Amino acid sequence: MDLNTLWFVLIAVLFIGFFFLEGFDYGVGILLPVLGKTDGERRGIINTIGPFWDANETWMVTAGGAMFAAFPGWYATLFSGFYLALALMLVGLILRGVGFEFRSKDPRPGWRNLWDVCIFVGSFVPALLWGVAFGNIVKGVPIDGSMNYTGGFFNLLNPYALVCGLAGLALFTLHGALFLIIKGDHDIAGRARTLTKKLGPVAMLLLAGTFALSFKATDLFARNASIAMIVAVVGGVALLAAGLLSGQKRDGVAFAMTGVTIACSVVSIFAGLFPRVMISSTNPEWNLTITNASSSHYTLTIMSVVALMFVPVVLAYQIWTYWVFRQRVTAPTSEKPA
Amino acid sequence: MDAVALARWQFAATSVYHYFFVPLTLGLSVLVAIMQTMYVRTGDDQYKRMTKFWGKLFLINFAMGVVTGIVMEFQFGMNWSQYSRFVGDIFGAPLAIEALLAFFLEATFLGVWIFGWDTLPKKIHLASIWLAAIGANLSALWILIANSFMQQPTGYVLRNGRAEMVDFGALLTNPNVWVQFPHVITAGVATAGFFVLGVCAWHLLRGTHADFFRKSASIAALYAAVGSLGVGAVGHLQAQHMIRNQPMKIAAAEALWNTENPASFSLFTIADEAERRDVFSIRIPRALSLLAYNRMDGEVRGVNQLQAEAEAKYGPGNYVPPVAVTYWSFRIMVGAGGLMLLLALLSVLLVQMGRLHTTPLLLRVLAPAIALPYIANSAGWIMAEIGRQPWIVNGLMKTSDAVSPNVTVGMLAITLVLFVVVYGVLMGADIYLLRKYATAGPAPDAPTQPMSVY
Repeated sequence: MDLNTLWFVLIAVLFIGFFFLEGFDYGVGILLPVLGKTDGERRGIINTIGPFWDANETWMVTAGGAMFAAFPGWYATLFSGFYLALALMLVGLILRGVGFEFRSKDPRPGWRNLWDVCIFVGSFVPALLWGVAFGNIVKGVPIDGSMNYTGGFFNLLNPYALVCGLAGLALFTLHGALFLIIKGDHDIAGRARTLTKKLGPVAMLLLAGTFALSFKATDLFARNASIAMIVAVVGGVALLAAGLLSGQKRDGVAFAMTGVTIACSVVSIFAGLFPRVMISSTNPEWNLTITNASSSHYTLTIMSVVALMFVPVVLAYQIWTYWVFRQRVTAPTSEKPA
Repeated sequence: MDAVALARWQFAATSVYHYFFVPLTLGLSVLVAIMQTMYVRTGDDQYKRMTKFWGKLFLINFAMGVVTGIVMEFQFGMNWSQYSRFVGDIFGAPLAIEALLAFFLEATFLGVWIFGWDTLPKKIHLASIWLAAIGANLSALWILIANSFMQQPTGYVLRNGRAEMVDFGALLTNPNVWVQFPHVITAGVATAGFFVLGVCAWHLLRGTHADFFRKSASIAALYAAVGSLGVGAVGHLQAQHMIRNQPMKIAAAEALWNTENPASFSLFTIADEAERRDVFSIRIPRALSLLAYNRMDGEVRGVNQLQAEAEAKYGPGNYVPPVAVTYWSFRIMVGAGGLMLLLALLSVLLVQMGRLHTTPLLLRVLAPAIALPYIANSAGWIMAEIGRQPWIVNGLMKTSDAVSPNVTVGMLAITLVLFVVVYGVLMGADIYLLRKYATAGPAPDAPTQPMSVY
């Protein structure tokens, strides 16, 4: 495997890690107003992701940084092209991050409700927009001969991309609900369990819809057909399994299964794209690829050494934190600033 | 306003705002770690209360630094895609390494620290705040390695229409890194020192929690003095480095229109920037040469000569940065720094004499003096970045060539307003919280529940 391919794979891995981890904390944020009836319950819900969410979000920052370092052409085209969508996502992420930290610092209900709304909106918007973004990446967008996106904001809001967005939203929310069954207070876990019975079919339907539409809207399954297709089917089976296992109260495995679905979705997208990173709907000659959008061999070598040295370390200590905070979080009964 | 101007305003607004929170994170993370180390070593509960009280203020500030930092990472691609394409081969690497080596460390172990008070053995919990503090300061190193390439490009070759990295080691040993990084770190120490000292002064004036704040103040005064001395000393070295490496920045910062030998130092200049001449100026003879070379003479090149040199090298154009902004931001930074040094040394002296809490005059000054490092920090970055203009990468790429060609004035205007409004509201909320918790004082006894949980 050459270095360009290695970095294409590594960026896919970073997105898998990001969507797997931040996926459930987006879901938890979205479910905050749905499952938390009282202030104490909402605090309990937030505490299930309290020690983790910031490190989870760092996966996105790292994926962005890796994209910049390994494929500056991809980073420049994607970020300047999906401009307003990314600006909205940033505002969401800002409100969410600040909301987690600020809500507890003042006991007035108005203050807490405000930040709860921010956490909800800030989780909902990115959870939706990531799907829209990847929908457009695989569908192809207008890109000119100097690698610049020439479409507008509304170009991104096409039906296919929106279905992808909704599918992502549903999947992350389901992933979050399954996480709350494992980690939440018993009342919260009970409500999350009831909700997954409705959420599961919705997510299944939307993902199946995305899969079907992809045959027409994209060439994902026409190119590296076998890999992209097999992986997508495995993802679908995993989602079905998640529903069945959750029904049998085998919650840990069910949660892992939505994780598999998320991973399969990313793998399927990247396998279908390879070796392209951005598809030009204007002219196939103007596609961005792992060759024409990449950094020099020297830079990729340096980055490979750094990644091989430090990714295992980061993984090790992050896994350790999940082990340290493996206990179920009980909802506080009284609310007072400490 | 054209796209370049709007993109610059957006970068200026978001980075000054981001940097409003960062230095306190850098300095206070270490200070809180020191306090907790004292607690673990002595078992004295007073240190535990200090760790929790200052730690809470640290966390309120920290969140803002994180979320505004994500905007910075996205912005290079969003607004400056031509820049990203031109230097991505070099600039992307330190950013990615920053995320992998520093952000993960900081984010992961801060989460462990916040929620681990009861779960973890004391020493492992202490290690978590140290790792978070190291992560924070390590992130400053990597971002400054990236910024230093813009100030003083090294280890590259121009190839394939872009700057390509040929020597990663040269990037790390860039001399600019090793004056800029210590300057930023010591500025963080000074910022945290003055922040803690100011809050202490507010309480000592009122006599609330007297024992707690006397003890905190004695640590903070020393911390502020170390930071202020360090930032001044390193700043001096940095200026000497700049005279060789970015002479135009220094010439603008000194409003030195023509080359002088020996060169005079401007105390106060009102200039006609368009005509490049002084309207009114008080200058100290030979002082700039002294500052530059540690001797009474030596040539310091002026704006006119440097402009002529640049035209000969790069072709016709204006290579002079906005002189007034560079000049005044430099003076504001140095002036604020000088006041900080004075106040910090005075505070240390009075702490030693056991009289800080009985000197209301100084206490009354120390509370508003919290603003001084903030002013100096902002002014310093304004000087560093404005003084480099018209270049985005010194001598390699002009700022006007760096913006995204497909991002319209309308899009830039929308996002500029969006960020300014959101940031403005959040900054208000953040300052409200910092004030509220700072003035409330520490909790009556050491609570055992996780500190940010309720």
